[in-house]
Amino acid sequence: MSKFRKKGNKATPAISTASLPDIVFMLLFFFMTVTTMKEIDLKIVIKKPQATEVKKLENKSLVKYVNIGPPIAKFRKMYGSESIIQLNDQFAKVRDIAPWVNAERQKMDASNRSKMTTALKVNKETKMGIVTDVKQELRKVKALKITYIADKTTKNNF
Amino acid sequence: MARRALTEINAGSMADIAFLLLIFFLVTTTMSTNTGMQRKLPPPPEKDVKPPEVHARNVMAVLINKDNFIMVNSVPMQLNRITEKAKEFLANVNRREDLPVFENKEVPILGNVPVSKGIISLQTDRNTQYEKYLQVQNELMRAVAELRDARSMKEFGAHFDDLEGDRLDAISKAIPLAISEAEPRRSVKSKGK
Repeated sequence: MSKFRKKGNKATPAISTASLPDIVFMLLFFFMTVTTMKEIDLKIVIKKPQATEVKKLENKSLVKYVNIGPPIAKFRKMYGSESIIQLNDQFAKVRDIAPWVNAERQKMDASNRSKMTTALKVNKETKMGIVTDVKQELRKVKALKITYIADKTTKNNF
Repeated sequence: MARRALTEINAGSMADIAFLLLIFFLVTTTMSTNTGMQRKLPPPPEKDVKPPEVHARNVMAVLINKDNFIMVNSVPMQLNRITEKAKEFLANVNRREDLPVFENKEVPILGNVPVSKGIISLQTDRNTQYEKYLQVQNELMRAVAELRDARSMKEFGAHFDDLEGDRLDAISKAIPLAISEAEPRRSVKSKGK
């Protein structure tokens, strides 16, 4: 009998999976932090137009959205299929824009109020009439910084 | 009582649980990077102040009618020619008589340089499609962006997008973003002109 155990015939040890949870947790935390749950339920359909001269929206807290588009199917009976405005969680009329802007301004820090940007998120098939009305309303309350939401594309539109 | 050795909790399923959560967040994540075209609206018109007179040669009137046809200075035009036309108008390289006048203005770094007085006025009908409006707007913005980039290359040897501080200011002032979000026209009646 030998003094030592036989060394041969040893299978490669299984790779330890003990650190797998750690790795997965790391990924998990990453995604948890970058996830932004949808803030509002869109009740209107927005097919975004495409454009080349667009910039990323910085500083999300300074951007307030005005959504314009036709209502989704279940609201069609009540509101028709023409484009309407949605502010925050509810449908709105053009005349509601000014009070809404003021209310949103109140919620902001005083130092940031002048930096507020109104993002017009408009369905591409919408007619300009309602968009123009909204713009005029925004001018009245001096919310002059606007941005037209569009997807970035590299190819030309024609 | 016999003492049983504490059995270790099997941590093998930990990974599964974590994976489950991970997949959930993966699916719900919408790395939402909204992009948009940034513009500035003109301040509201004051009651008694008349809008400043603008000489006809300084205006490029872009009109989109209810059927989404484009007219530039009363001439129908295809979308793909707008940028070129706008650049020609704003730059006025040969200082033509029918294109905008230049006026010397004080600009940071560059000093006293001629700045175009040209204004592009974009008007739409109430029934114009938003997408068309944005496309035309995009072409016009591109015209300005290309002019600025060219100027920036010439003056500083860098792309306009990479400029900062005074240099950015200089180019922005030398080539202003002169696209006017015009007053809407009560377009039902107004025809031609």
